[in-house]
Amino acid sequence: MNIHDALFWFFSIAMLACGLLVIANRNPVTSAMFLVLLFVFMAGLFLLLEAIFIAAIQVLVYAGAVMVLFLFVIMLLDIKASERRKFKILGVVGGIAVGLAFVWELVIILSQPIEPLAGGGAELHGGLEEVVKPFFAHYMLPFEVTALLLLVAMVGVVLLSKKELK
Amino acid sequence: MTSALTLNHYLIVSGLLFALGIAGVIIRRNALVIYMALEMNLNAANLALIAFSKFNRIIDGQILVFFIIAIAAAEVAVGLAIIVALYRRKQSISVDELTTMRL
Amino acid sequence: MNHWLLNYSVDWGMRNGHTPICSVWIILFAPLVAAALIALVTPKWKGVSAALSIGAIALSFALSMGLFLVFAVKHIAHQPHTIQWLVVGDAVRIEFGMITDPLAMLMLLVVTGVGLAIHVYSLGYMKGDPGFSRFFACLSLFTFSMLGIVLSNNFIQIFIFWELVGASSYLLIGFWFEKPSAAEAGKKAFLTTRIGDVGMMLGILLLWSRAGTFNFAELQAKLPSLGLSPGILALIGVLIFTGAVGKSAQVPLHVWLPDAMEGPTPVSALIHAATMVAAGVYMLCRVSWLILPSATALHLIAWIGGITAIMAATIAIAQNDIKRILAYSTLSQLGYMVMTVGLGGPTQAMFHLTTHAFFKALLFLGAGSVIVALHHEQDIWKMGGLWKKMPITFWTFLIGTLALAGVPPLSGFYSKDEILLLAFEKSTPLFIMAITTAFLTAYYMGREVFVVFFGQPRDRHSYDHAHESPLVMTLPLIFLALLSIVAGWHGRVPDFLGALPETGHHSVLLTGGLIAVPLFGFLVAATIYWKPEPSDAPVKAALGQLWTWVENKYYFDELYAWIVKYVQGTIATICDLFDRWILQRLGIGGLSVGTGLLGRTVRLLQTGSISGYAFLVGLGVTVIIYCVVVR
Repeated sequence: MNIHDALFWFFSIAMLACGLLVIANRNPVTSAMFLVLLFVFMAGLFLLLEAIFIAAIQVLVYAGAVMVLFLFVIMLLDIKASERRKFKILGVVGGIAVGLAFVWELVIILSQPIEPLAGGGAELHGGLEEVVKPFFAHYMLPFEVTALLLLVAMVGVVLLSKKELK
Repeated sequence: MTSALTLNHYLIVSGLLFALGIAGVIIRRNALVIYMALEMNLNAANLALIAFSKFNRIIDGQILVFFIIAIAAAEVAVGLAIIVALYRRKQSISVDELTTMRL
Repeated sequence: MNHWLLNYSVDWGMRNGHTPICSVWIILFAPLVAAALIALVTPKWKGVSAALSIGAIALSFALSMGLFLVFAVKHIAHQPHTIQWLVVGDAVRIEFGMITDPLAMLMLLVVTGVGLAIHVYSLGYMKGDPGFSRFFACLSLFTFSMLGIVLSNNFIQIFIFWELVGASSYLLIGFWFEKPSAAEAGKKAFLTTRIGDVGMMLGILLLWSRAGTFNFAELQAKLPSLGLSPGILALIGVLIFTGAVGKSAQVPLHVWLPDAMEGPTPVSALIHAATMVAAGVYMLCRVSWLILPSATALHLIAWIGGITAIMAATIAIAQNDIKRILAYSTLSQLGYMVMTVGLGGPTQAMFHLTTHAFFKALLFLGAGSVIVALHHEQDIWKMGGLWKKMPITFWTFLIGTLALAGVPPLSGFYSKDEILLLAFEKSTPLFIMAITTAFLTAYYMGREVFVVFFGQPRDRHSYDHAHESPLVMTLPLIFLALLSIVAGWHGRVPDFLGALPETGHHSVLLTGGLIAVPLFGFLVAATIYWKPEPSDAPVKAALGQLWTWVENKYYFDELYAWIVKYVQGTIATICDLFDRWILQRLGIGGLSVGTGLLGRTVRLLQTGSISGYAFLVGLGVTVIIYCVVVR
């Protein structure tokens, strides 16, 4: 087993463990912390897949900005009363059932190897130039629309956060 | 590189994470944690996309992931704002309290 | 693929080549155009309406005459002329076509000729009626429908016009709809003929299911090669005959015709004597190739015709209404025609149809003239001695009577003679029935003439006010009287249709008997009724119980009323219960309760719980994945 494979197993198992802890933990703050870890391990997997730029964004945006936002809200709301609430048995059973059903289907689908498509381009290295160039060519319009969407989201958030909703 | 890893390995990891996300959404009552579980689902999809991009040698998968991250950031911002607004009304963020469409 | 407009313009081109096919279209559609114009544009202007209607039928008559002359002189045969009207796949191919063989041409002349006389007569008869324009619109509509039957070249087309005739007949019988009896009579006629029409439709469909076409010519060519079993052939023949039973008022569906006399007298003359009721006979002649191969069907047709003939004749001897006597006479003569078809003589049947159309229209118009003169009095016992007051009406009526009775040398003698000879050759019992009918015909017509026109006037007041009818009414009488005299001469009509089979030589005794029978009938009638104060008393005494039966028309109406009340009533009750309990409670009620329960059940899913929804969404996604990808 080379170092590459070893890293894959480490990141994967650690990430899934973090995911389990996110949903199993009663304290939202702890959940959020594990989610940060999960994002970091995910970035590791992206690196293994030679998606360097995406890995960087993953850490910057998710582990940085998004999680800070989460924590900020958790702190802001000061939710101590609700965090000790017990899980409902029905919800737990239902959630696990659906999850297991999904996994079962996954096993059936992935029991035979998925062959990569023929006709791809050269080997990818996920560098900045490789990823970013299409944004200024083929994906110009979606890129601009996404920028607009972020602006709209910002306006919406400002509106929602005002004291009085009218 | 003589890696023994195939596309299936990454897809299985992605699928398991997604299953965890679904289970989390169903099990948890805390709106914030549900949001986190949803983020896990998105990340699972991202992982599958990147894996496909890599093994099919098509860059578009990574570009799609870029868009997903951007939109997820916007969504989280709006979603959290909604949660804050809800909390102001109900003094709670448990979804058990949110059984009506009107506030 | 032929477009009708294209065809039509081709027709115009051919007309210049002296092939008068297009005129057939004008003959057919002129009355329809007139009816539409009257109904839509000119209902307020009575004169214009009448002029339109009369003009249309005069045009049709003139063109029919032209068609006839061209055919008779130049012997130009027509190609069958059809439009593909409704084509569904390969199976259903409905045409709209014309047929102009001698049979159709003869009928065209009868319908338009008699129709023209009656249209003109209506000018006088309907004078001052508030529904004057409506009357002419209906009359034109009827003429159109009748011509449609005559010219049809396939079963669907003939059926459509068949029903149109039924509808316009309904409109005309119930013309004075404010009178309850007239409205009832219209309804009765419509419903009774409908029974026959259902049978006819079944016959048409059965035939189509075997042969795959509706076209007469194609069917006629195909029929021998189809190899139909005798049973099926008889069934088809009998079913199609059912339509004729209804329309031509044969037993047991004859009950509507006497009641149809509630309509205005010109209508009785045109529809319920000369043309529409003859449509059944015409149709049988048109499809005689279908009926003739089946001995069973022929027997049934002949016997139904024979029974109708004698039964109606016996009923007629006890009626008191001047028009009802004629109505039963019509029934009786139609029975003759149907019997003749059943005996395998469509040519003789058409011959009698033609002569009968003339003299029966004449008789009805004469009766109408009397009725108008006496201010709508129809009871013959309130008339009497009218011959001096109304000479033209009397003489023409007498001509019609003699023609109907079959006195030589009037037209009725020739046509009836052919029928009786045919019956003599084919079937003795039917011949006896037919000759008895001939005797009775002379007897009851003699009774009517003697009671109405001779003797002392019973109602002094109306007698004093009686007067001869105006020229517009007497002219058609004279026209029809002339036709009634000459129509039978020299066997022109049967020659035109195709020569009669040689009937062989008959003894002088038979021929003499055929002449003597009607004279004997008149003699009997004269001894009983040619008195200053005639009455039914001697006949009543002689017949005893039979008179009661006859007077009550063999209780057919009562029997049908009983059937409707008990049999149909029972079925209706069962249907009502079925509707009320099975359909309403179980069907509709069950549906509504089921929907309500389903709604209440499904409402349980609408909990408002986000986790519950998430669970359902997840479940749904896994099920979809299972169905789409895994399985």
